[in-house]
Amino acid sequence: MKHPGRRRFLAGAGGALALAALPESVFAQAAIDPVVQSVVRGAPVKRGRVKLDLPELADNGNSVPVKIAVESPMTAADHVRAIYLLSERNPERNMATFQLGPRSGRAEIVTRVRLAGSQRVIALAELSDGSYWMDAAEIIVTLSACIDES
Amino acid sequence: MTRSPAIGAAVLVLGAAVLAAGATAQERPVPRDKVQSGVAFLAPDQRALQQDAFANPGMLWVERGERLWREPPGAGGRSCASCHGDAAASMKGVAARYPVFDAKAGRLLNLEGRINECRTAHQGAAPFPYESEALLSLTAYVAYQSRGMPVAVAIDGPARKHFESGEQLYYQRRGQLNLACAQCHTENWGRKLGPETISQGHPNAYPLYRLEWQTLGSLQRRFRSCLSGIRAEMLPYGSPEYLDLELYVAWRAAGLEIETPGVRR
Amino acid sequence: MAARIQVPAAAKRGEVIEVRILIQHPMETGYRVDHVGKPVPKNAIRTLTCRYNGVEVFRAAMSPGIAANPYLQFYTVAEASGELEFFWTDDAGTQESARQPIVVSG
Repeated sequence: MKHPGRRRFLAGAGGALALAALPESVFAQAAIDPVVQSVVRGAPVKRGRVKLDLPELADNGNSVPVKIAVESPMTAADHVRAIYLLSERNPERNMATFQLGPRSGRAEIVTRVRLAGSQRVIALAELSDGSYWMDAAEIIVTLSACIDES
Repeated sequence: MTRSPAIGAAVLVLGAAVLAAGATAQERPVPRDKVQSGVAFLAPDQRALQQDAFANPGMLWVERGERLWREPPGAGGRSCASCHGDAAASMKGVAARYPVFDAKAGRLLNLEGRINECRTAHQGAAPFPYESEALLSLTAYVAYQSRGMPVAVAIDGPARKHFESGEQLYYQRRGQLNLACAQCHTENWGRKLGPETISQGHPNAYPLYRLEWQTLGSLQRRFRSCLSGIRAEMLPYGSPEYLDLELYVAWRAAGLEIETPGVRR
Repeated sequence: MAARIQVPAAAKRGEVIEVRILIQHPMETGYRVDHVGKPVPKNAIRTLTCRYNGVEVFRAAMSPGIAANPYLQFYTVAEASGELEFFWTDDAGTQESARQPIVVSG
């Protein structure tokens, strides 16, 4: 599946796509989100390593491509144990949990999700040393899954 | 050899009449150089999904169709393959010329109708209902064999009256919203309806995976969706009106490549 | 239920390879109604595992938040020739599997 469009917060005046960093306030809000806390249970959540790719706009929330990549050597000593894909607004906020290990070779998942409206999506990675790393992305959804059904 | 002026004049009048009739029929509501498949109106990731040979969800039905092609229908009947052999060879180009007037059946048939005609006449099996997994799969599989080929249906001879009926249906206002197909798809294609861009309403990618249905569906299912959308009566699947309309919209799409299985919103 | 699996045609031992699977499953949310207005019960694939020559190399816990006819793409290290076997179960208790041979040289 082709790589979904990268999220763009602000394009530079010169037209070059500037991948602006996730605003600190958004990251802080996401970190204290109960669904994130239900996974990390008070452990600190760090920025970095995780890259969540989601389109800026989905005109149909029934099928939205998403890619999560985590920087990791994926060795026995240092690897990603699990990736949690969390939704701010879906009826089931834990969309999926992927379990990886040294045999994965690369910590990268691509899938298609349903999104019940415009929201923030969170990708949370649990590493073999017990640390948590996170990325989040905002998306506008014009036709919501679950809610706008025909 | 010179002709008499009277005959010459008659030929001229006749010629003009033929030309006039031909011009009305040949006059395309969307000129051939402006005809665009619905794929052009999709968001980039949806277009990418259609073009992904592996991940296009419609391929699940194409694969199932391939299995059904080789399976006998049960009760000792013959499989599709036993008559038609390798579909990649025997079915190539078929979907591109459907719907077609079938002389033996004595009526206009779309692909679904043709498959069911074979089921009842040659396989000793009951016809598949519209939107059944089996019919969708076989239709998708057969149409897939024409992928990339241009739509080219015949509208002359016995198909003519069906074409004219389809054309009339296309321009007929209906429903509480009092809209005709033409008003969206001929007069306002490219403009917005809510968040969506109105397409030209071509059938070249059917049966297709519609995100709204979250499954594969037929062209007639799409007609019914449109009718429901304009608050018009939805005729039952397989109605002759739908058949005539299928022929008309296929003519409208002449030259567009078959894209089955398509992906649409 | 139909499923399609794709792995590279040939891989070298130690190479990280891409695995793709597409499963035919409605992943019903429980929020839809059928054409006569009757609610369609929730039914989604909840657990999917992948075993490479019998050893689990990937597991996914899913929800109706994964789109209908779920598509997953992940990676694994090519170890030896053999088979990738997928297993999945849904809310209705249906258990299915699919397998794909894999050829690894070196």
